[in-house]
Amino acid sequence: MGKIVEIEGVNKIYGSNKVVRDLNLTVDEGEFLTLLGSSGCGKTTTLRMIAGFEEPTTGTIKVEGEKVEDKEPFERNVNTVFQSYALFPHMTIFNNIAYGLRMKKVPKDEIKERVLKMMELVQLGGFEKRYPSQLSGGQRQRVAIARALINKPKVLLLDEPLGALDLKLRKQMQLELKRLQKKLNITFIYVTHDQEEALTMSDRIAVMHDGVIDQLATPSEIYEHPKTRFVATFIGETNIYDGCITRIKDGVATITLENGEVSVKCPEDFKLLEYATISVRPEKMKFSKEKVDGFGLVAQVKDYVYVGSVLKCIVILPNGNELRIERLAGQELPEIGSKCYPYWNVEDAVLIHNESHYIFEALNSIQLA
Amino acid sequence: MAGKSKHEFRANTLPAIITVGPVALIMLLLVAAPLMYVGVMSFCSIDEYYNVTHDLTLGNYVRLANTDYLKIYVQSLLIAFITTILCILIGYPFSYIIARSKSRFKRIFYMLVIIPFWTNSLIRIYGWRSFLGTNGWLNSSLVSLGIVSEPIDFLYKNGTTILGMVYCLIPFMILPLYTAIEKLDGTLLEASADLGAKPVSTFFTVILPLTSSGIFSGSLMVFIPCLGYFFVADILGGGNSDVIGNLIERQFQSGNNWPLGAALSIILIIVTLVLVKAYQKLGGDMDALGV
Ligand SMILES: Nc1ncnc2c1ncn2[C@@H]1O[C@H](COP(=O)(O)OP(=O)(O)O)[C@@H](O)[C@H]1O
Ligand SMILES: [Mg+2]
Repeated sequence: MGKIVEIEGVNKIYGSNKVVRDLNLTVDEGEFLTLLGSSGCGKTTTLRMIAGFEEPTTGTIKVEGEKVEDKEPFERNVNTVFQSYALFPHMTIFNNIAYGLRMKKVPKDEIKERVLKMMELVQLGGFEKRYPSQLSGGQRQRVAIARALINKPKVLLLDEPLGALDLKLRKQMQLELKRLQKKLNITFIYVTHDQEEALTMSDRIAVMHDGVIDQLATPSEIYEHPKTRFVATFIGETNIYDGCITRIKDGVATITLENGEVSVKCPEDFKLLEYATISVRPEKMKFSKEKVDGFGLVAQVKDYVYVGSVLKCIVILPNGNELRIERLAGQELPEIGSKCYPYWNVEDAVLIHNESHYIFEALNSIQLA
Repeated sequence: MAGKSKHEFRANTLPAIITVGPVALIMLLLVAAPLMYVGVMSFCSIDEYYNVTHDLTLGNYVRLANTDYLKIYVQSLLIAFITTILCILIGYPFSYIIARSKSRFKRIFYMLVIIPFWTNSLIRIYGWRSFLGTNGWLNSSLVSLGIVSEPIDFLYKNGTTILGMVYCLIPFMILPLYTAIEKLDGTLLEASADLGAKPVSTFFTVILPLTSSGIFSGSLMVFIPCLGYFFVADILGGGNSDVIGNLIERQFQSGNNWPLGAALSIILIIVTLVLVKAYQKLGGDMDALGV
């Protein structure tokens, strides 16, 4: 697998607003890469720089090993599926999809054959003569995708393509898009703010936060080993603790928190007396009626919520922080209001280097300790 | 049955009469009645003292089928046609640049163009005459700069009339064009470029078709008045490039033949109605005309 898109040291600044900061990203051929992040973090801007609608303030972007700075959008071998679809309202569906081929002066017969084939592929057969205004949202979405895919681009850029669809249609389109991508073997760079969508569809996810890529990894890596506090909280549900490493023994760190001590498996790059953040997924959390070795947290059971197969327990720590613990339904549970001792298997918690702005929480824990 | 229809009358017709009634009455008095009067007048005759008599005749219309008149109709239509084309060619790039500019001042710039046209057009046309005349600014500058030895005859040609027409009527082209171009969704232009279209192709396949409604209504709003703006043809054309409006004006003024003038007016009204109808048939937006 070769590298198809290489983004090196790209910054984008509007006035005094640094929208994208020192972006480095390499996308492999045939990969499904997702840019995931909350609204306003610079995803669209990144995509628009690859497509050629915006110029990076500094840095270079290469497609197929070639710098694209001096290439206009119409000269780049990438296509975009716009969030608003941007279908030409005065053209039939056939003409919309044929647009790119016409611009490349492909022979008429070939255009017809390829458009009809593409329409079959995206299940739009029979809609040739309709206009975009005569289609439903989901159908327009397919036209937008077909119109881009028919050009056989090296890279397809998709900016929240499913954002306007209702949940059921969105789930269905997620699977269809993934199927199309594998079938046509086209590199997708996909933008979304929906973490579930990103986890379902992507080969790799780049989690963006304030114009910076916090972590670039596979969905399971992102979920199980978040590198930053933002990634841990943005993807899936989690419990966060800020504290200080007060002891490291046999690869297990003891972290002093405001509410007591806990134990976490300690990767090599963490040092004694370092401030650190712990993330533990609700399904990895446990609680017991008796004190567990290495864990000093004491909590009170606040509530139980049934969500189908699992039971969500909410327990509350003395400082008011709530923890979420997931249990399989049907297990024996302490009563609401009773005391319990939260804990976890030391290898199930993730240790994250503390970023300075959470230092106060950590300092708090030190004072208490 | 009777009671019900009476109730319906109260519920539907009465409010309509009360609200629309006065407006309808005013329209009837101020628009329909004079128009009908012109229609009747066009079938009247005149006696030897140029008094209108009520001997009904088709003679006025027969007179107007004369080749001298036909030549002026054709000339007028030609002037209107060329004026319209020039207004499109000048107005389109102009409207495009302003409407698609991202500057905060675009509204102000747009107003700066439109405001001068609120001053009396007669004065501005006289301005052009003194600018272009043999002793005018342009000629004296050219002569004093030594570019020409003799003043050039700019005035009293078809070209000068068209210049004046374009100058007077171009706001009517710019207004609908600006509206149509500003409405154009910018992502469509990006999508076009994204799909490999060069700017020229994007212009002809996306921009032009999606703003054609503006060109269409602008053309109508320029073409029709152009047939009637006699003062432009008078002042700048000096009788060498008359439009239908000149013929009408002459019959009511120096010619003192009101029935003939009325017949000409009726012809102009019919031409206008045919154009508007054609516009509507071709899918033109009536609201865009502001009527
Ligand atoms: N043309 C522009 N001029 C100024 N600021 C912009 C422009 N485009 C985007 N921004 C700003 O850049 C930031 C990131 O925008 P965007 O890339 O659209 O975010 P996302 O797609 O992740 O929601 C936002 O704060 C937005 O206001
Ligand atoms: Mg966006």
